[in-house]
Amino acid sequence: MNYDNQIDAPQSTESHWGDHAFKWLTLAMALSIFLLVFLIGFELSKGSKPALEKFGWHFLTSSDWDPVNDIYGALPFIYGTLVSSLIALVIAVPISIGTAVYLTELAPLWLRQPLTMFIELLAAVPSVILGLWGIFVMVPFLRDHLFPWLQKHLGFLPFFKGPIYGVSMLAGGIIVAIMIIPIITSVSREILRSVPGLQREAAYALGATRWEVTRIAVLSYARKGLFGAVILGLGRALGETMAVTMVIGNTPQIVQSLLAPGYTLASVIANEFNEATGDLYPSALFAIALALLGLTVIVNIIAQILLKTFAGPSVKPQH
Amino acid sequence: MISKMINFSSAITICVALFAAQGGAQTLINGAGSTFDYPAFTKWFEAYGSVDANVRFNYQSIGSGAGQKLLLNQTVDFGASDAPMKDEALAKAPGKILHLPIVAGGVAIIYNLPGDPKLRLDGDTLANIYLGNITSWKDPKIAALNPGVDLPDTAIIPIHRADGSGTSFIFTDYLSSINTPWSDTVGRGSSVKWPAGIGLAAKGSEGVAGQVKQLPGGIGYAELAYADQNKIPFADLKNEAGRFIPPAPDSVSAALATAKIPEDFRFSMVNAPGENAYPICGASWVLLYQIPKNADNGAKLVAFLKWAVTEGQKISPSLDYAPLPSEVQQRELTLLDTIK
Repeated sequence: MNYDNQIDAPQSTESHWGDHAFKWLTLAMALSIFLLVFLIGFELSKGSKPALEKFGWHFLTSSDWDPVNDIYGALPFIYGTLVSSLIALVIAVPISIGTAVYLTELAPLWLRQPLTMFIELLAAVPSVILGLWGIFVMVPFLRDHLFPWLQKHLGFLPFFKGPIYGVSMLAGGIIVAIMIIPIITSVSREILRSVPGLQREAAYALGATRWEVTRIAVLSYARKGLFGAVILGLGRALGETMAVTMVIGNTPQIVQSLLAPGYTLASVIANEFNEATGDLYPSALFAIALALLGLTVIVNIIAQILLKTFAGPSVKPQH
Repeated sequence: MISKMINFSSAITICVALFAAQGGAQTLINGAGSTFDYPAFTKWFEAYGSVDANVRFNYQSIGSGAGQKLLLNQTVDFGASDAPMKDEALAKAPGKILHLPIVAGGVAIIYNLPGDPKLRLDGDTLANIYLGNITSWKDPKIAALNPGVDLPDTAIIPIHRADGSGTSFIFTDYLSSINTPWSDTVGRGSSVKWPAGIGLAAKGSEGVAGQVKQLPGGIGYAELAYADQNKIPFADLKNEAGRFIPPAPDSVSAALATAKIPEDFRFSMVNAPGENAYPICGASWVLLYQIPKNADNGAKLVAFLKWAVTEGQKISPSLDYAPLPSEVQQRELTLLDTIK
């Protein structure tokens, strides 16, 4: 009894302390994320104050970007960021989820590891390298082959009208798609792998074909997670800078044609911050950064709402 | 935010320098600014080692705008800029800032036409191309300047810099000085509002050169060194005296020799009146305080600059910069003597 107490008492206090320390330490780490986001937001608001005071909400709705006369409006950049990211998602999501399904459901075991390795290799290619490849390989190919083909067969759509330069909104979207495919694929693969084998076995037991098993038991079970994977990709797409800057054409305009050059929020900061002199000009670029942060937050909130509305409580298997 | 990071990193280098100074009595001089000057500075810093081995330099080529900002904050001993500082910025400085022209260079007009013919152009035609008024290479205005050249009936694709750049400043400064519609609607600046829907923008000189090389009918502008090293054809430009002059260190020096240079050295040298002057060129300036914050660093910096504007100029042509004419060198030495 006495002996037990002697052993127990110090042990329990010690683990008690350890628990507390661990709890506070991890709490501090979690809070540091809030602090970081708060500091970034604070610095950006402070930097963008002169521009926002001068232009107000008009900053977000004006298409004029004229550093010589100190007039700044962000609309073409917001438009370019949204459209290039949307193009990227349209291309990347089917490819990524298709690849993930193949890797987890259909691929022979010996092929899974090398394919996964290649996808992770693609994720490790630096942005600027992809951009250079974009300028020297992808853009000439698009200009000489894909774009003329698109114009010939789909030229009646407003998206494919006008002169072909190669560098364009569509080229920007394609390069971003290449950059987000590895992320969406890797995350989707992990999610599909975590679908319990019982789900599949149950569906097979009901006489489902392989396609039906994938559709009913796997994809529908994992749709919330897959949606999350897409949002991760979208987050990367919105902020992608170097590669996009090199192939999008950097022209602040809002036109329907995807073959015309465009501009994104991140690109204009990268291009113009170095040489921005005076008070209002750097401040307008800070305001662009604030707009990008705001856009990312809004897109994420919309995604959360969509997730709640459409994905539903599918995590708990009730079928 | 970026400038704060730079402040921080220069603070670190200064700390490191202090330790180094205790060891070997070395002085570290910090500078920041123009990327256009960077190749010249690198060569000079290396060559200056044989003149005074106790001075070391740390130059960050982060752009003219950032260079001006860091000088105003007194984070660096000197700044370097491709455009002179504006009066508003000078008014905010804690002391008098001097402008010292250090290198001058030409901006070449590069193009992509079948057979690489040698072209002649003038400022008015260039402005109208970039304004979108001249859209085909077969335009009578271009044909009139180039008798005997077989010009194709292809569309002209004007390409400009997407990033803020001293090269864009020189180019738009030139167009503004020649063409009134250009100066009224676009103006001069390191970034301007380019006429909507005309041509393309590319990042960096390498981007502009790359696009011109790839796009048949493309036209663009880049530092002479860039066009030269990449073997892209460039045009002869009509100067103020009516002659067609190719860009070269000599013709840029000729422009410098005949440009009007005021007392404070804040000048534009586009369209200089000399017979052999190339019209699209500009200087780049070292910016420094007349009363340096750190007197020791200031004295060492002045010694280096005196060397750079005289002896150092001999290296300039090998880097495609134009050497400063001796008259300008003398005036700069006089200015440097006013530094306390």
